[in-house]
This record gives sequence, structure tokens and C-alpha cells, in this order.
Amino acid sequence: MDYTLKYLPLVILLVPMFSFLLLAFFGNKLPRKGDFIAVSLLFINLALSLIVFFAFAQTGKYSYTVDWFNLGKGNLNFTAGFVIDELSSIMLIVVNAISAFVHLFSVKYMEGDAKYKKYFSYLGLFTFSMLGLVLTNNVLLMYVFWELVGVSSYLLIGFWYEKPAPQEAAKKAFIVNRVGDVGFFLGIMIIFLTLGTFTFTDIFAGIEAGKLQGGLLTAAGILLFCGAIGKSAQFPLHVWLPDAMEGPTPVSALIHAATMVAAGVYLTARIFVMLSADALTFVTFIGAITAFISATIAITQNDIKKVLAYSTISQLGYMIMAIGVGAMSFGMFHLVTHAFFKACLFLTAGSVIFGMHHVQDIREMGGLRKKMPITYWTFLIATFALCGVPFTSGFLSKDSILAATMAFANINGGITYIIPIIGFSVAGMTAFYMFRLLIIAFLGEPRNKEKYDHCHESPIQMTLPLIILAALSTFVVFSFNPIGADSGWIMQMMKTPESLLTGTKGMIYHIVDRAEYTEMLHHAHYPAMFLSLAIAGLGILLAYVFYHWKKVDVEKLTEKIKPLYNFSLNKWYFDELYDATVISFTMAISRLSAWVDNKIVDGVVNGSATVTRWTSFGSGKFDNVVVDGLVNFTGGLVGFFGLIFRKFQTGKIQTYIMFLVFGIIVLYFMFR
Amino acid sequence: MVQFPILGIGILSWIVFLPVIGMLILIFIPKAYEKTIKYVAMIFPILQIILSVVLLMNYNKDLAGINKLESFQFVEKLSWINIPALIWDGTINIDYLMGIDGISLPMIILTSIIGFVGVLASFSIKRNEKGYYILYLFLVTGMMGTFCALDLFLFFVFWEIMLLPMYFLIGIWGGERREYAAIKFFLYTFFGGIFMLITIIGLYFSSKDPVTGLHTFNMLTLMNPAAIDPNSLLGGVGTNLRYLAFVALFIGFAIKVPIFPFHTWLPDAHVEAPTAISVILAGVLLKMGSYGIMRISYPIFPDAAVWFMYPMAILAMINIIYGALCAMAQKDFKKLIAYSSISHMGYVMLGIASGTAIGFNGAVFQMFNHGTITAVLFLSVGIIYDRAHTRGLYDFGGLANKMPKYFAVIIIAFFASIGLPGLSAFISESFVFLGGFKNETIRVLTIISTLGIILNAAYILWTIQRIFFGTLPEKWNEITDINGRELLSTVPLLLIIIILGIFPSPFINLMTSSVNQLVNIIWHLN
Repeated sequence: MDYTLKYLPLVILLVPMFSFLLLAFFGNKLPRKGDFIAVSLLFINLALSLIVFFAFAQTGKYSYTVDWFNLGKGNLNFTAGFVIDELSSIMLIVVNAISAFVHLFSVKYMEGDAKYKKYFSYLGLFTFSMLGLVLTNNVLLMYVFWELVGVSSYLLIGFWYEKPAPQEAAKKAFIVNRVGDVGFFLGIMIIFLTLGTFTFTDIFAGIEAGKLQGGLLTAAGILLFCGAIGKSAQFPLHVWLPDAMEGPTPVSALIHAATMVAAGVYLTARIFVMLSADALTFVTFIGAITAFISATIAITQNDIKKVLAYSTISQLGYMIMAIGVGAMSFGMFHLVTHAFFKACLFLTAGSVIFGMHHVQDIREMGGLRKKMPITYWTFLIATFALCGVPFTSGFLSKDSILAATMAFANINGGITYIIPIIGFSVAGMTAFYMFRLLIIAFLGEPRNKEKYDHCHESPIQMTLPLIILAALSTFVVFSFNPIGADSGWIMQMMKTPESLLTGTKGMIYHIVDRAEYTEMLHHAHYPAMFLSLAIAGLGILLAYVFYHWKKVDVEKLTEKIKPLYNFSLNKWYFDELYDATVISFTMAISRLSAWVDNKIVDGVVNGSATVTRWTSFGSGKFDNVVVDGLVNFTGGLVGFFGLIFRKFQTGKIQTYIMFLVFGIIVLYFMFR
Repeated sequence: MVQFPILGIGILSWIVFLPVIGMLILIFIPKAYEKTIKYVAMIFPILQIILSVVLLMNYNKDLAGINKLESFQFVEKLSWINIPALIWDGTINIDYLMGIDGISLPMIILTSIIGFVGVLASFSIKRNEKGYYILYLFLVTGMMGTFCALDLFLFFVFWEIMLLPMYFLIGIWGGERREYAAIKFFLYTFFGGIFMLITIIGLYFSSKDPVTGLHTFNMLTLMNPAAIDPNSLLGGVGTNLRYLAFVALFIGFAIKVPIFPFHTWLPDAHVEAPTAISVILAGVLLKMGSYGIMRISYPIFPDAAVWFMYPMAILAMINIIYGALCAMAQKDFKKLIAYSSISHMGYVMLGIASGTAIGFNGAVFQMFNHGTITAVLFLSVGIIYDRAHTRGLYDFGGLANKMPKYFAVIIIAFFASIGLPGLSAFISESFVFLGGFKNETIRVLTIISTLGIILNAAYILWTIQRIFFGTLPEKWNEITDINGRELLSTVPLLLIIIILGIFPSPFINLMTSSVNQLVNIIWHLN
């Protein structure tokens, strides 16, 4: 078993890289551009990651580290390594499974695209980077793969770069992520300079030994978390994810719903034990705010992918919030369940878009249930999971999180009660907007008759992944008890570790030990469950009242609350705000710099050259006119006198005698 | 004394003066044989690459160099100028002293690689090729010599000698405003050279070789505090005159790097220079400035180096951010890359200003990486300019589909330039930031400088968008993808960028002991 855990993870990591290189260099020479190779490699990888998972379940945590490079006498050592523990072994399966299904789905979805080969090679690059991110045991290497997933995301969002919108979206995604990454990197610097290591276990050991504490530890935690804010699209950097929907829909399912955006959650889970009370407060509130804002936006969106995108942001906020309140394992659990049902939702959306010939606006849909039964039923199951309807995986994970927020509020009291309030209200909104989407798109009468008539169910390559993913969204996958996950394998395996700072108090946050927290959780479990059921039921009911039974005129209601409606429809005006402030400012200062450089800095240079030229011209003139003039003047003067005196030099002795006599006379009179 | 002689001549002399042999051969080839001229010119950079590989294989990475001649390698020491002085007692004694350590070796490797790439890129030159290649080879000699010289006088000779071919290469084979750019480049650098010369002369008269009792130009002797006469001009520690001398020397180097506000010659020179010369300029020439600071200013004036770290870090920060902002506002592709060079050389300066081992490592590594990456970028600009005869960022669009190979090449270079992990510049930039962060005095400046990471990404991605995305304007329907020669000049550089990004240790190991020695000198640890 030792060899399994030593070499298999590396094989798993390199298989998608191989797929990327093979397709990138030889794709055009391969039959079908090599898509079948990419797909089968990913399914092999899925099988391998299952083997790794079971090996891990038998032998326990395994970590392997080699020297990457070092500077000088061993004091600055950079290592590379991976770790197989409960987090990474589960993530391996999630990433490979969804990647494999998306590969399969894409075969039909992307058929006939001019850049078919490029598409599959990029998917390989992404999967490689994502697996690296999951596997690594060291924060610097995590940053490395973190950036690489960013690039593959950039390439795939901008896949249809012939059109302006994907270009803008890709650029925006990368730059917004960079903002978070700078924070991430600063956090890494603090850690490296105080603890001298990048390896997670050594970092935690160093913190336990008290080498990094107090404000600096809080700062390090928050800065590392900044990376998660960017990648997991948390407020205030959430603006890139909705735009990222410009990429091909299977990509949205893989990268922008299930895996890459969850990387931030994964990072936060990895560093959970070192987050101080204040850092955890920050995490909690960011998560809650994000969940709330995006849920309110999702209610009014009309693009099927946009609704799902905002729902993704909202659910990511949930996960982050769960980790913040101290329920790391629930956050990770929700990550896993969400990955499957959200991938399912996105792929069904893809199936709809495919069937409807590139219609994404739900106002053009309607009645699709009859035309696309498989798509409809899988969509329904995944929607149930997202809304937290019993017997789904989402019910288990979401309830756990809501219970955790209640436990958290009960421990800390005061302002922290806002967290469960947000949690429950988001649950209600989620149920509402998802059923709004479902009703408008799949039920009722078709709104666009022509499109509807040409619409068809998708082929088996696309529906098969949907069915599997829908099946993976049911409770049995994770626990045999439909109302509690505690006894299920995943919760048995994944326990929230004891924080390194247990017992410390922040401004409003008290990190209590696990026993106490678990106790509080037990008390919160049933109230949270019933409350969330009631609220989700209410949300679903409202959606039916509004959109199916049409008991309330939505148009009129919209008119009545126009400002609120517009606020939500325009996404709280975040894009406009950033355009008007950060972006305008940067562009203005950039133009100003260029102007200063051209006119002032270079102006001084050219100016001094001009001054020098004028000076030299002046001194040339001076030389020519004055100095040389003097010389010439002297010469001229002499010449002038010469001219005069030449008159005297007549060569005649009589004249000389005359001048002599004349001179004597003059002298006589002068000295008389 | 000559270590490692080949045919009785030291290997460093070979590597420096090989191009001069090439020049002599070219002189006798008639002008009309253009192909022969090209290929003869190409042989010598290849020979230089072979020699630098020999250097690399015989290099002992445990020897530190910096201030001890015995730990320099491939040393050549010959008496060069030896005349009795008329005005003061003693003799003027100048050695021909060369040797390399962990700071110069990466630069020599870089110079030989870029020298070769430059010849390949020169194949698009169609006018008076004989003169061009003669001057080109002369330029390579000057650059190589600067990185090998260990005697201030010799260093200065190489430093100044290289201006001459550069002036003509820009002034004759350049673009529309070539004469303006060439004169600006020449005068600006020459102006800096004067400051250097004053300092060098000041150092000479302040020195007193402990062994011979004579004045000396030997850098390594000058690094020994005992060799500076305490009663002389530059005697003592931390005196105003020493600070002034440091500043004067710094200005000389700063103009070359270039550091704000001495940078404005660079965009002009780059825009007007032919592609190959831009490649040389950005790839090697700029590094001579930062190399000079590490080789000469720091070890000779460690007191001033520490004192000036903060101001230098401010300038580095300005370079990084201001350079990036200026780059963002450019409409000319080549000018944009030129300003991005300014920004990236800011990282080098930040590493140097940090005064830490990791920062110095980052600085030297960044010099190398910037050399390779920017070379690819300038080559790419040349590739598109050769085809379209324009460099306007707004004149293009949709080239990604039209020139897929070209797109693949340039996107790797672009991502390397914004510090993507897995590519070489990530490691050097990280080192620089770690170093700057480690030094508490400049920590805040370092944090502000990280903004450059975002700005870099912004203008590079914007450039990609404008040139490669969108739809192809009809006028470029006939444009062809990158050809074999162009691939030959870019792909090896890309391979270096990728390999060093994944396995940097062999390269970093080369310089570690020298860098540590430099840190020891600055902070007086030995």
C-alpha cells in the first residue's frame, strides 16, 4: 500500500498534463482530434483516485516531500511535496469525477467547434493544475497551482475570444483574482519570514510553538484568506464569476461551479486551525455577506447561467461562513455535495442551451419539461439538493451548516445572531429563485414557439453525465440516514480539527473547544432542520404562487418595488462602482504617468539638451562675434593704422624730410 | 597568471575577444557576399555559447568570489599598462584582470545566448550588412568584457567602448527617428560615464595597495578597507564624500538600468532600434547597470550601500509602479514592452536594495529571467512588425487564430512576464519580494510594490486582448505565421524560461555562495 500512496498521486497529477501536452502538440494528427484519449484518460484517473482513496482509508495520512531548491546553508529551504489526507483524497475524487463527466459531456456539446482540440487540451491543463492545488502539502506550491488554475480559467473563459464579451470576462477574471492573490502572497511572506517554512504541518507546529502570534497571526490569516476571496468569488471580489459565464457551459460547470471556485474554500479549510478569532470573524462575515448579496441578485436574473452563477457565489459564501463559524468539516462537506449538484445544474443548463440552439434567456423558454424529460428530471433533483429538500445530499450539508451557525450564535451571542439570520434567509431565497428558474424554464407553456419546436433532448453522451451527477446528489451517497450525516462515511472521516488557538477570544468571537462546540451543535440540529425546511418550503411555495399559479401579478409587484428590483437586477451596481472608482482612477493615473513621462521627465532631458544647444550656439556666436571679433578687431585696427601709416611710407626722401621738419616743429612747440 | 588557458590564452579572453576575430574576418569579406557575412557572424556567438558551457561545466559553485581573488575562477592577471608617473611618486600600474564568480557567470551565459539570438533576429536587416555585423560583434565584445573585468579601468574601457557600436547600430539601421534616439542614448550614457569616471579616479587616488603601496584600479583591492588611505579623499567610513562618490557611481549605473528619473532614453532607443538591437539592449545592456551596482558600488562602499537602501528602494518602487502605469497608457507595442522593462528592472533594484541574500539571489535571477523573457517579447514585436510594418496596438486583432504558433510563443512569454508560477520570473520576483519584505526598513515599500503585480497583469492581458483576440482586420488576411528561423530564435528561450521555472536549483546554486559573500561584506559579517 505504501507504493500506492507514494507514486499514484503523482501519476494522477501527471495524467491530465500528459493529456494537455498530447493534444496541444499532436491533437491535429489524432483521429477526432484526440478527444477520446482525453476522456478515457480522465476516467482512468477517476479510477486511480478511487484506489488512492481506499488506500488512504486503510493506512491513513501520507505525506511525501522532496527538496525543490534551497538558498545557501540549509536555512532557506524550498520543498515540494504532496499529502494524502481526508481533504485531499476526497477532493481528488471530486475533481476527477466532475472533470471526467465534463469531458464526456463536452464531446457532443463542443462538436464542430473550430478550436475543438484546444478546448480539450485546456481542460487537461486545468485538471492538472487543480489536482496539484489539491494535492500539495505546502502553501507556496499551492500558490503556484493556484495561479495555474487561474490561467487555465482565463484561457477557457476567453475561449470564444472572437467575441468581445468573453475577452473582457477573461481579463476581468484574471485581474480581479490577482488582487486577491497579492494578499495571498503577502500572507505567504509573513509566514515564511516568521516561521521559515512553507509546509502546512511545519507552519502549524511553528504557530503552536508561539513563533507567530497576536496581530501578525491574524494578519497572516486574513491575507491568506484574501486569496480565497478572489478565487471563491467572495465579496467584494465576486464580480468576476458572473461574467465568467461567457465561457463554454461545461467549463462553467467544471471550473466556475464545482472545482476551481471551491479552491478558496479548500484553502480556508487547510489553514482553518491557524486562523485567529478575529480572522475567523472576518471569514464568517465575508462569507455571510457574500451569501446574502448574491442570493438577492439571483432572484431577478433572467439568464439561466447567471442565476446559477449567483447561486454558486451564494453557496460558496455558505461554505466560507461554515468554516468561519468553526464548522470546517461542514464547509468541506457542502463543497463536495455542492460540486456534484451544481455541476449537474450547469450541465443541465448546457443541455438546455444545446437543445434550444444557444438560447440562455429563460424568458424565451418554458414548457421544456415535455421536450427534454431527462434534462428536466435531473435538473429537478439537483434543484432539490440545492434548496435543501430532504433525501438529497444538499439537505444534509446545508442543514449542518445552518445548525453550525446557530450553535455559533448561541456561543457568542450579540451581533453574531445576524449570521444564522442571514443563513436562513439565504436558504429561503435560494429555494425561491431556483424554483422560479425551474418553473419559467421547464413548466408552463412555451414562450418562443419556434425555438420550442426545434428543441430536442440531448444525446446520450450528454444525458449520461447528468443522470450520474443527479444520482450523486442523493443522500445515500454520503449517509444512509436521510436526516443526519453524522453517521455517514464522509462525516466519520472528515472531522473538524481542534484549532491551534482554542480558548482564545477575539473582539466578538470565542474559539471554543470541539467538545463544547459539538454539544451546542446537537442542540441546534433539530431546530435548524425544521426551521430550514419551513423556510425552504415557503420559498418554493412563493415561487409557485408567483410564477406557476400566477396568483400574484409579478409585473405589478415589480413596478411597486422598482428601486429594489433594479438594485437587484443591476447586481447592486458593483460593476458600475468599480468602473467609476478603481478602474477609472487607474486608467487616469496611467495616462497621467505617461504624460508626465513624456512631457516632464523627458521634457527635462530634452530641455537640458535644448539649453545645452542654445548655450553652445550662444557660445559659438560669442566666440564668433566677440572673441573672434576682438581678434579681428585688433587685426583690423592694426590694419587701419597700417592703412593710415602706409600713406607716410611713400619712399620719397623729400617727403620724409618734410615729415621730419614738421615733427621737429611740433616737438619744439610741445616742449617749449 | 592565467587559469584555464586554451592555446595559451585564457578562456575569458577567448570568450570576450572571439567576436573581434570575427570582425577581422568580416572586414576581408567583400560586401556583396551577404550570406557568407551572416553565417560567419553567426559562428562567433555560437562559439561563445560553447565556451560558456565549458565555463559552466568547470565552474566550482562553492567558491564565492566578490572580494577575494583566490575564490574567483578562470582568473587572468597580466600587467597591462605600466608607466612611471610624472606628477606623483610611483608608477601607474593597470592590470588586465579578469575573473568570474556567481554574479558574473549568469550574465555571461545570458550574454552569449542573447548574442546568438540577436544574430538570428538580425537576418531581417537588408542594408549594408557587412558594417552591421562588424559593429554587432564589436558590441558583443564590449558586453562580455564588462561582465568579466575585475579592474576598474578595464571595466570602464569595456563599458564605454560598447557605446560606439550601439550608437551606430541605432543611428544607421534604426527607425524613423533613429538619429535622435541614437544621440540621446549615447549622450545620456556618456553623461553617466563621466560620473563614473570621476568616482573611479577618486578611488584610484584614495587607494593604497597594502602590498605594493601604490594606487590601484583593482576592484578587489579597493573592496578591502585597509587598501583605502584613511587620510585620503574617500577614506574613513560613512563620510559625506564617500556618500557622494556612491551617488555619482550610482547615477552612472542608474542611467543604464534605467532607474527613474533617468529612464527616458530607453523607450526612444527601443522604439527606434532594429529588433536585434532592442533584444540586446533589453536582454543584456540594462543588466550592466544593476550588475555594476552589485559588483562595484556595494562591495566598495558597503557603508553607503546600507545608508542608501531606503532611497534606492523608493526608486525601485517608482520604477515598478510608474513603469507599469506608463506601459498601460502606450499605444505602440514596442514602447509598451520598453516600459514594462523599466517596471521589471524595478524588481531587480528592489532585490538589490533589500540587502538580503534572498533579495540578491532574486535580483541576479531576475536579471537573467528578464533578459530571456524580454528578448522573446522584443523578438515577437519584431516578428509582427516585419509582416505588418506597424506596431500600433489598435491596428491588430484576431491574430490568435491567424497566427496560432506565434500566439503560443508570445503567450508563454507574456505569462512569464507577469510572473506566472511554473515560469522562471515567478521565482525571481518572489525572491525579490521576500527579500524586500525581510528587510524591515523597506518592508512598507515592498508591500506597495506588490501592486505592480496587478498592474503588470492588467496591461499584458489588455495587450493580448487588443492584438490577438477579436476579429482579424481584413488588411491582415495575407499575414503569415511565424517561420522556422523565428521559431529557432524564440523556442530555446522559452524552454529556458520553462525549465528554470520548474527546476531553478541548478541555476540558483551557481550564485548562492557569491551572493552570501556579498551580504557578508555589506553587513560586515566576516
